[in-house]
Amino acid sequence: MNYLLSSLRLWLVTILVCVVGYAALMLAFAQIVTPWRADGSIVEVDGRPVGSALVAQDFTAPRYFWPRPSAAGYDGMGAAGSNLSPTSEALKARARDTVAQYGATAANPLPADLVAASGGGLDPHISLEGALYQADRIARARNLPEASVRDLVASLAYAPGGVFAPERIVNVLELNLALDRLGA
Amino acid sequence: MLNAILTVILIVGGTALLSWPLGTYMAKLFGGQFSRADGLFARVVGGAPAQNWKQYSIALLAFNAVMFVFVFGLLALQHLLPLNPDGQGAASLDLVFNTAASFTTNTNLQHYSGESTWSYLAQLGGLMWLQFVSAATGIAALAALARGIAGQRDMGNFFLDLQRAAFCVLLPLAIGVAAVIALAGVPMTLQGAAQVTTLEGVAQTIARGPAAAFVAIKQLGTNGGGFFGPNSAHPLENPNFWSNGFEMMALILIPMACVWMFGRIIGRMKHAGVIFGVMAVLLLVKVTAAVGFETTPTQAFAGLPVLQDVGNLEGKELRLGATTGPLWAVLTTSTSNGSVGAMHDSLNPLTGLVPMAGMWLNETFGGVGVGMINMVLYIVVAVFVAGMMVGRTPEYLGHRVEGREMRLAVLALISHPVLILGGTALFAATAWGAGTLNNVGAHGFSEILYEFSSAAANNGSGFEGLGDNTVPWNIATGLVMLIGRFLPIIVPLAIVGSLMAKRRSAESAGTLSVEGTTFGVMLLITILIFGALTFFPAAALGPVAEHLTLMR
Repeated sequence: MNYLLSSLRLWLVTILVCVVGYAALMLAFAQIVTPWRADGSIVEVDGRPVGSALVAQDFTAPRYFWPRPSAAGYDGMGAAGSNLSPTSEALKARARDTVAQYGATAANPLPADLVAASGGGLDPHISLEGALYQADRIARARNLPEASVRDLVASLAYAPGGVFAPERIVNVLELNLALDRLGA
Repeated sequence: MLNAILTVILIVGGTALLSWPLGTYMAKLFGGQFSRADGLFARVVGGAPAQNWKQYSIALLAFNAVMFVFVFGLLALQHLLPLNPDGQGAASLDLVFNTAASFTTNTNLQHYSGESTWSYLAQLGGLMWLQFVSAATGIAALAALARGIAGQRDMGNFFLDLQRAAFCVLLPLAIGVAAVIALAGVPMTLQGAAQVTTLEGVAQTIARGPAAAFVAIKQLGTNGGGFFGPNSAHPLENPNFWSNGFEMMALILIPMACVWMFGRIIGRMKHAGVIFGVMAVLLLVKVTAAVGFETTPTQAFAGLPVLQDVGNLEGKELRLGATTGPLWAVLTTSTSNGSVGAMHDSLNPLTGLVPMAGMWLNETFGGVGVGMINMVLYIVVAVFVAGMMVGRTPEYLGHRVEGREMRLAVLALISHPVLILGGTALFAATAWGAGTLNNVGAHGFSEILYEFSSAAANNGSGFEGLGDNTVPWNIATGLVMLIGRFLPIIVPLAIVGSLMAKRRSAESAGTLSVEGTTFGVMLLITILIFGALTFFPAAALGPVAEHLTLMR
C-alpha cells in the first residue's frame, strides 16, 4: 500500500516537472527565440504560405525543379519511406517509371538520388548533380539561357556537413522560388 | 571514405569524452552527495527508507504499473480530451495496449504514425512522460545493482533514485538538447497542421507540433519513439547535418556514462575501463561493417540508366550525409534506442543484419542503465566459465558465484533468444506474420525476425514495411516487450541480492582479475558465443540468404 501511495505521489511530481514544466519552458524558449522555426519554417510569398523550407513538395511542371520520389506522395500528414529492399522487384519497377519520366538514357544517366525515395518521403533536397541534370529542361520551358539556370543552381548548392559530408545538395523549394524571381 | 572516418570519430569519440564527466557526476548523485535535493525528493514521496532487493523490485514494479495504467487510460480517451487540434480520433484498444507497453518498457516500438494517430496531449502527457520515467527506471535499477555489488548493506530507495535520474540527469540534458534542435528547426508549437498552397497551386497539409521537447528525451533516454512516423528521417524531426550529429551524440551519451557510473560506485574504474573497451570494440566492428556494406549501390537500379557512384540511397536523406544512415542504424540498435535516421527495411541485406546483431547482443552500451545490467549478466557467466576452466571457485569482486546465481543468469540470458526465435517461428509459419509483409522471400522473413528482435531487446526500431498494426502483432509484441523488460531487470537484482547475503572473501593472487586484457577477451568471447551464435541459423535464413541469392 505504501508502495502504491509513493508511486502516485511520484506520478504527480514527475508529470508536473517533466511534462508541464518542461514543455512550457521549451515552448516559451522556441516561440520567443526562434518563432519562425518553431512553427514549422513556413515560407510565404506575398503573404501566402507556399510550403515549409524543410518539407518536400510535389513539383511536376517542366518549368520547376522536381524533388526526389516520395513513397508518401509528399503528404505532410503521412510521411513514410518505401521500405522496399534494395533487391526488390517492386523497387526496380518504380525506378523504371522514374527513368521514363526523366527520359534518361545510358548516354545521359540519372543521378541516383532522383531515383531513390528518401526515408521520410519529404526530403527537401536534391543533389547538385540532380539539379544540374534538370537545368536543360527548365531552361527550355522558361526560355532562359541554360547557363543562367546552372549558375542559379551553383549559387544555392552547399555541402551539408562541411568536411564531414562534402557532397553538395540544393533545397528544391528555395531553387524554385529563385527561378520564379529570375522570371520567364 | 575520409569523411566517413571523420564523422565516426566526431560522433563516437566526442561522446566517449563527454561520457566521462557525466559518469562521475551520476556516481556522486547516486552516492547521495547532493543531500539537499535528496531531502526534498524524500519528502515528495513521503520518506525514502533503505530497501533490500525485494523491496526495491516491488517499488519499481509498482511505479511501472502506475505508468502503464495511466498512459493506457490517457491514450484510450484522447479523443475526449483537450490539446487535439488535428482532431485525432479514438485508437483501437490493441494499439493502445501495445503503445502503453512499448513506452513503459522504454522500447518505443510504434505500430502507428504519430502525426496521424495521437493528440498533442497523448504525445506529451502520455508518451513523453514515459520517455522520462522509463529511462529513469533503468538508471535507478543500475544504481541499485551497483550498490549491491559494491558491498553496501542495502540497495538504496527506488523512489529517491527515480527522481535523481529524472530531475538531475535527464531533465537538464533534455532542456539543452531540445533548445539546440529547436534552433536547428525542429518545431515546438501547439498549433495544428499548417495549410499551404504550392507554387503549382496544389494544397499541402504539413503536420507539426511540440516536437523539439519530445525528440530531445527520445534520444537521451534510449527511448526512440519519434514524434512523426519516419522518426529522425523526417526533416522536421532532424532538419540538418548538425542536428543529426547532435541527436546521435545524445543517443549514446548516457549509455556510455552508465559504465563509468557503475565503475565509480563499485570503486573499480579499471574494471569499468575493460567493460567500456569491450563494448567499444563491438560497437566499432559493427559501425565498420554497416558503413562498408552500405557503400554497395542499390541492386534494384542495376541495368537501368542510373549513376551508381554514391552507395545505396533508398530510404536515406541527403542532408544527413552518406555515412550517417548506417552509423545511426548501428548506434540506435547498440543502445536499445530505436530511433532511425534512415529506413532500415531499405538497407542492403548485410547492412540490415548489423542492427539485428546489435539487438541480439543488447549490451554494446545498451539501454540507459539496463545495458550495463545486461553486461553484468555476461560478466557473471564469463567469470563462472573462467573459474571452471582453471578449476577455482568462481568469484566476482570477492563475491562467490555459485549454482543459484548461474541458474538465474542463464534464465535471464536465455529468455532473449526464446522470445525472439519462438515469436519469429510462430509468426513466420502463420498468416499472423506472413499476411503482413511488405517484401517477399528472405527479406519478408527478416521483417518478422527484426520485429521480434526489436520487441525483445526493448529497441523499438523496425523494418517498417511490416503491416504491424494488427491485433496479433500488437498483443504478441506487447507481451514480448513486457517480459523482455522486467525479467532482465528483476533477475539481476535477485542475483546481486543473493551475492550480498553471502560473506565476501578478500581478493587474493589466485582470484581471476577482472581488470586486464585476458578478462576483456574472455568477456568478448562469452558475449559472441552466448549472444550471437544462438541467432546464426535465423540470420542465415534472412539477410544472408537474401544477400547470397539476390546481390550480384
